[in-house]
Parts: sequence; structure tokens; C-alpha cells
Amino acid sequence: MNNSKSLKEGEEMGKNKAPKNKERRRFLIQMAQNVAIATVGGLVWSAFVDEAKAAPLLLRPPGAKKEKDFISLCIKCGLCVEACPYDTLMLAKPGDNKPIGTPYFIPRDIPCYMCDDIPCVPPCPTGALDIDSVSEVKEGKRVFDITQMRMGVAIVDIKDCIAYWGIQCDACYRACPLLDKAIFMEYRQNERTGKHAKLLPVVDPDYCTGCGLCEHACVTEIAAIKVLPRDVALGKVGSHYVKGWQKSDERRLKGSKGIQTTVTPRSKKSAVESLNEGIDFE
Amino acid sequence: MNKIWKKYRFLILRRLTQIAIMFLYIAANVWGWKILEGNLSSSKVVDTIPLSDPYAVLQIFAAGSIVGANALIGAFIVTLFYMLIGGRAFCSWVCPVNMVTDLANFIRRKGGFDKVEKKWWASRNIRYWAMGLSFIISFLLGTAAFEIVSPVSMTHRGLVFGMGFGWAAILTIFLFDLFVLKNGWCGHICPLGGFYSLVGRFSLFRVKHNQPNCTLCMKCKEVCPEKEVLFMIGKKSLSVNMGECTLCGRCVEVCDDDALNFSIREFVKKERKK
Repeated sequence: MNNSKSLKEGEEMGKNKAPKNKERRRFLIQMAQNVAIATVGGLVWSAFVDEAKAAPLLLRPPGAKKEKDFISLCIKCGLCVEACPYDTLMLAKPGDNKPIGTPYFIPRDIPCYMCDDIPCVPPCPTGALDIDSVSEVKEGKRVFDITQMRMGVAIVDIKDCIAYWGIQCDACYRACPLLDKAIFMEYRQNERTGKHAKLLPVVDPDYCTGCGLCEHACVTEIAAIKVLPRDVALGKVGSHYVKGWQKSDERRLKGSKGIQTTVTPRSKKSAVESLNEGIDFE
Repeated sequence: MNKIWKKYRFLILRRLTQIAIMFLYIAANVWGWKILEGNLSSSKVVDTIPLSDPYAVLQIFAAGSIVGANALIGAFIVTLFYMLIGGRAFCSWVCPVNMVTDLANFIRRKGGFDKVEKKWWASRNIRYWAMGLSFIISFLLGTAAFEIVSPVSMTHRGLVFGMGFGWAAILTIFLFDLFVLKNGWCGHICPLGGFYSLVGRFSLFRVKHNQPNCTLCMKCKEVCPEKEVLFMIGKKSLSVNMGECTLCGRCVEVCDDDALNFSIREFVKKERKK
């Protein structure tokens, strides 16, 4: 900040001017210097923060807001970690390569056991864990519903799941707290033997909470069913497709200006006419 | 024994408070004690009273989020305490990093570093620039910027929830304070210290200098981590009103001449000036 070289330069440049001007020059140059140092420091700092806060693959505690809001709100106090009776939650340490001090869990080590009273959410002082997303106030009383949480979604690797090989295994299905809803078993003929059925675990993302009990229970060396953050694992249809067989979804078409399609000479014929063209039906 | 107590009474009390606070946090995580849960970023006292780091809460505001009621009330209680009573006492009575930098400073004094080493000049205002920057970066990147790099939180969080590579941050501060810049971290850079300097500017507890007793031995300036606040030593009977004073009480202890003491801020200016 007090750099004598720049001061000297400032003095030389202001030699022929009035002394008042010289003072002003000195002030301006010193100020510019401070701002420049702050900018350099700030850019380095920002670059680090920008890298350090990115965590697309992390599973957050129950009721956590969307990652962008969560990372902004979490004060890194660890009250959720202390409230967890199963030691599921951890705070990211320096060296974990995760946003430092924020809570997360690894279901393969310790999954979330979906406590009915959700002890980890109410202690959150900042609202990074949103109590309203996992509870309702009924007649002045707060009623918790852990099945409302969406920490992630389980994804089956059908090449490494032994049930898909044809070996009977329903470890994940049995472990699921929302059995037959979040994970159900689909029957398929075993074409290799020709006389057996395969019982295949299938996840329904509408019900899956991302607790990870399935991943914890999976018998393969590396789990063939894994919980991933919903943003990472799930797609999105967008507004182009309508479920024509659902009245509620059809309503989305209300007020639309009709369907605009390309018109060619062929379009004058109906689809049936067009398809059957040139075929001799006798 | 009595002499040791007199020479180190505030130092001993400070270490006891610092260690006791960290111990209670650790006990909450390890044995589930409900006396003091969480860490210095945000905590709960006896499972009811919330306490939050007001600087962290401000950064979250800058990042564009409105914190929940508990964090807000907690930050308010802490701010009020330091604003009215404690001044910048957080830095010397609570913060665990203080023990690290004090150790560096102790070795510095015993080893006579000041007489030998290359001297750097650095402004003690860096902390205020760092604080301003932290708000700007929080705003731009949508997350509390200092909390991601803060060695202070790394230390207290690490003690409670597992240190990881946090020891590297502590070692960095220690070596920086020991070999690069005297009182480098706490006295120049730490924006949290800067924040509490501003908050505690008008607090009640102050050190007061009694000039007629002073023999100009300058022991106080030697131990003071923010010696610019002691500009009045040997010159004028004044209370140490600058916000940067951490109220550590070292100057009071080392003074053999009863020229420095804790007292309550005088709100009415004395007539002596006339």
C-alpha cells in the first residue's frame, strides 16, 4: 500500500502543478494501488471459492434445499450432524474435496435410516434444511413425513446387478423402507434357461427418497444400485410432449394456437392414404 | 504462586475460557452433552438459546439468502453482547486460533526475532479490505466467501467434527506469524477480527491508562498484539478506545506500575480538557 516508488512517480509527474493537485494525485494513485491489490486478491479468492463450492455429486441431509440455495444458506455449524442418531451425516473436512464444512452422507457406508421424527432438520438455524419440505402443520401441531424428502434417487446398473443376470437376489428390494413403491420387482422370462423367471428391481423416482438403504444392502463388490442427486440422475421431458391419455395433462394444450406443421404436396393426403400408396390390395 | 497468578491472571482465565468452550462443543458431539452444541459458526446453548456468528450471517445475506429465525436471533444476541459489553473479546477469549498466534508471538519474543529478522510493512487495514471483499465475492458467487477459506472456522470445526487437512491451515498461520509478519493473521488479515473491531468499537469494557504511574518501561507495547491502540502510553491518561483492542489484558498483567487497568468506558468527557 505505501509503495515509495509509485509515490515518487506521482511526485515527479505532478512537479509543474500546484501543490494541491499533487496531494490529489498522491491520494488517487495510492487509492488505485489499494484497489488493484484488492482486485488481485479478490480474483484469486473468487477463483478458489468458485471451484471449492461445486459439488454436483454430493448427497445432502433430509429436507436440504436445492444445491444452489443450500450452499448459500448453510452456515457449517454441524448441528444436523450432531442430531443424527446413526452418525450418517458428516461435515466435509479440508482435503475431502467437497465444499468445506457442509454436511453430506455416503450411503454405502452409513445410509439414512429415515427416522420418523427427523431429528436432523429442526436444529438447522439457517433454513438450509427446510423443515416445511418434510412436514406439515396440522391443527397447530407439526407432523413430520420423512417420505416427502428427496435427497437423491436410486439408479440400477443393469449390467452388474446379479438379479439381471438371472441369479435370485432381492437385497435392495427388501431393504427399501418404501418396499413395492420406491423399488418394485418386475418379472421377466429368463431367455437363457427358457424355464426360469428373473426378478428385476426397478426404482420409481416418484417415491424414492434417496435414503440409500438399497445401496447399503447391495451384495455386489461395488454397489450395482446407487443413489445419485436427482439433478444428476433424472431427465426432464420439457413442454413439447403431452400425455394425450391424461385429462390433467391435456389441459396444458388449452389456449394454444393450434399445431403448426410443414405443408408439402403429400400432406394433402391423409396418413392412411399416404402409407397405403402403391400397395396392391387386390 | 501468588506472583504467577498476578502476572498471568488474564492469560490463565483466557486459556481456561477458550479451552472450556471448545471442550463443551467437543463433548456435545462425542457424548451428546446439551450444554453447548454446534460450533462457533452457529450453536445452541442448553438446547434452547441460539448463537450465531454475525459475520457469517452477513455473508449469507450478501450471498442473497435470508437465514432462518434461529440464525438471525443468534447473530443478534452475539452482536449485542460484543457491541455493548465484550468489544473485540471474541478474538482473545474465545477464538481457538488465538492460542496458535499467541504461541508464535511468544516464541518470537523469547527468540528475539524482532532484532534479527527482515522487516515487512503491512497495513493493519488489510482486514477491512478483506471484509469488504468477502461481501462482494459472497454476492457474486452466491456463497459465504470467507467461510469457505476461513482458517478460524477450519480450526474450531475441525476440533469438533474432524480436522482433515485443517492442520495445514493452522500450521500456515503459525509459520506466517512466526517468520513472516508479527501478529500477521490476527492483527492484520483476519476479516472476522476486523468485523469484531467494528462491532465492539463502543463497548463498555475498556483498558484504562493512568499516565502519572507510567514509568515508560514499554512492557505493555511489547506484549500487545495490536500495539497501535496503546498510542497514549506515557503521554496521556486515556482509556483504550480503539476497536482493535482485543481486551486480552496482557498489558494490564505486565504493568508493574499500576498504570493500566480494566475499567468501564467513561461516557461523559472529563472537564480536564479546559
